[in-house]
Amino acid sequence: MGQFIPLIWKNATRNRRRSLLTIASIAASFCLLGVLLSIYAALFLSPDTSPAGSRRLVTRNRISLTQIMPISYEAKIRQVPGVEAIMAYQWFGGVYKEPKNFFARFACEPEQLFKVYPDIRISEEEKKAFIADRAGTVLGRDLAGKFNIKVGDKITLKGDIFPVDLEFNVRGLFDMDKNEESMWFNIDYLWKSLPADQRDFAGTYLMLAQSAEDGPAIAQQIDALFRNAQVQTKTETESAFAASFVSFLGNVKLYLFAISAAITFTILLVCGNTIAMSVRERVREVGIMKTLGFTNGEVMGMILGEATVISLLGGFFGCVVAWVLCKGVATASGGFANLEGMSLAPWMWAAVIASAVVMGTIAAIVPAFGASRTSIVDAMRYSG
Amino acid sequence: MKLPFSYNLRNLWVRRTTTLMTALGIGLTVAVLLSILALVGGLKNAFSSTGVEGNVLVMRQSAESELSSNFTRTQFQDLKLRPGIKRDESGLTLASLEMVSTVLLESVDYDSGINISIRGLKPDPGFKLRPAIAIAAGRWFEAGKREVTVGKNVAKRNPEAALGKDLRFGKGAWRVVGVFDAGDSAANSEIWGDLDQVCSDDNRCDVLSSALVRVDPVSSVEPFIKNLKDDQRLKMGAMTERLYYEQQSSSAAPIQFLGIFIAIVMAVGSSFAAMNTMYAAVARRSREIGTLRVLGFSRFSVLLSFFLESLVLAILGGLIGCLLVLPLNGFTTGIGSLTTFSEVAFSFKITPEIMLTGLGFALFMGALGGLLPAAAAARKQILDALRDI
Repeated sequence: MGQFIPLIWKNATRNRRRSLLTIASIAASFCLLGVLLSIYAALFLSPDTSPAGSRRLVTRNRISLTQIMPISYEAKIRQVPGVEAIMAYQWFGGVYKEPKNFFARFACEPEQLFKVYPDIRISEEEKKAFIADRAGTVLGRDLAGKFNIKVGDKITLKGDIFPVDLEFNVRGLFDMDKNEESMWFNIDYLWKSLPADQRDFAGTYLMLAQSAEDGPAIAQQIDALFRNAQVQTKTETESAFAASFVSFLGNVKLYLFAISAAITFTILLVCGNTIAMSVRERVREVGIMKTLGFTNGEVMGMILGEATVISLLGGFFGCVVAWVLCKGVATASGGFANLEGMSLAPWMWAAVIASAVVMGTIAAIVPAFGASRTSIVDAMRYSG
Repeated sequence: MKLPFSYNLRNLWVRRTTTLMTALGIGLTVAVLLSILALVGGLKNAFSSTGVEGNVLVMRQSAESELSSNFTRTQFQDLKLRPGIKRDESGLTLASLEMVSTVLLESVDYDSGINISIRGLKPDPGFKLRPAIAIAAGRWFEAGKREVTVGKNVAKRNPEAALGKDLRFGKGAWRVVGVFDAGDSAANSEIWGDLDQVCSDDNRCDVLSSALVRVDPVSSVEPFIKNLKDDQRLKMGAMTERLYYEQQSSSAAPIQFLGIFIAIVMAVGSSFAAMNTMYAAVARRSREIGTLRVLGFSRFSVLLSFFLESLVLAILGGLIGCLLVLPLNGFTTGIGSLTTFSEVAFSFKITPEIMLTGLGFALFMGALGGLLPAAAAARKQILDALRDI
């Protein structure tokens, strides 16, 4: 078969315009498949694999994330074997200057923050200053840059969930690979601003397990602890917790699947159509080749080979474009639902290119089979 | 002299396999675009059908949603005294104090469940403010009982909340005693219960979420809202109920963005495919084109003819696309609203406008794919064309 490669190449390049159009058309479709694949992976297959991330667990009120839990739970959870650190934290919501300035704001326990998030990088002085100041706050560096906030500034959040307006001293800026667009401050500061009977609660608890393998067992133990309590809990890994927000986009899995199916089918049509067109033009040529002694199998192999070459090129260029697009989406996502981690991983390149080759070849089977079976006499008589 | 249109139709028919395959490619592209438009249209319809003319939603100052708003009973008493609020026959002000929270329920769509809004309200005047809502099965909840009536989408999509089941939230079980139908409104995705029961369960009897009031006449709605906001002592914010829900249609923005992006890239691919088909048609009919020119048809008529043929091909694709998405009409799905932090279910709506958009989109692809081949056909020299095989 190897000796036919030059011939296949010649055939693929003899109608350059058609081949280029086909390659472009296939590339567009496979670029989409690549992008959809990486969206899927970012949303559903990207557990935080950093050493600390895979060890983190989140506990919330079983009824709903918007319901709170008593702070007394913290001490009880801390007793569960395998829990290395625990922090109570609360989504604050609120408005910074304008409602459109949206970013995550959490009330937390400053001393615990850096234990459950060993991946937060911050200078020792800033860390100490934050812990020492009850009205202190730390922000992600990019976030601070966006709003031109500097260490030493005072910023105010107007509360909505909590009917209080809080003023903070910016004590430090941190770097972090994930969740950098966030602001953290002392939960005690929030409590003290509320009426006495409405304090001492937490919306969520974040735990660091001693090892990632213990995670599921610890989660079960925690939930068992409160099974008969008035407020029951639900504990899951941090990535499962993050994934539950994906449902806010709607039934994304179904959409992605349906669209991918439509695209795949379109590719089949495009490839099949082009190959069929070029085969139809060459029926007489096939007759001549057969007269020269080419077997049916060789003729078929050559046509399939041509389809493979074209779809391989299409798949490759599709991947290149998809790779660029993924980079773009990752930068523009602002950290929503893990999309910032979106990229075209090597296995996706392989998957896209492999499926391009498979699809292209499948699409060519019918025309190739037809051509190889044409008898010499019919082929020579054929006038395109 | 113009080439007869039937010439194009016959040509498409002669190479019907190619025609059909190209049209199917265009059709699938159109179908993807239309399904996204139908989804976004359905969601927007759900939100725009929610809210009654003259209803004003009052929340805490600077609160963006009922869920994050705090509204005290004292504030409510102050609000009721404001001039401009309509009274019913018995002289009661049409002002409903309400509490909104969420509960995580099993869902037919998501393994991990989904948040559903719970609204505590008093039937009088809560129902009077929403006249379009009617019982579809069972009955309304009764005051003082642990009973809820659920929207028809909740009953359908959340097995735990089906009629007759016991829902668990707050301090225990709640019996689902009825299902209500709110037309296309987003209220179909809510669970309703008695205000006092719901808030005492949540230990927040004094601090609730919001108030809905009817302002009469409609022309005084804007001044009413403005006065309310300007009165700094009240610490209240307000907007029309309609606007509150309309703003939430932005939940569909990520899906809309992704969908339109996909449709455009697919359109590029399909245009290339259409271009291929048309180039092949031009190449095959080279001698025919030469003959036409000899007979006296101008270059322009040849160009027009091939261009038209490409448009017909595209329209065919557009029609296929419309047919492909028609079964989606009425299909119910849900999307999370970041305002209510819970799911809003809605149905895909395939409207004639959406289908026209699809046909326009198909024509655009046909034009993109047909222009260059048509120009190539028109440029052919008569002698060369006749000599071609």
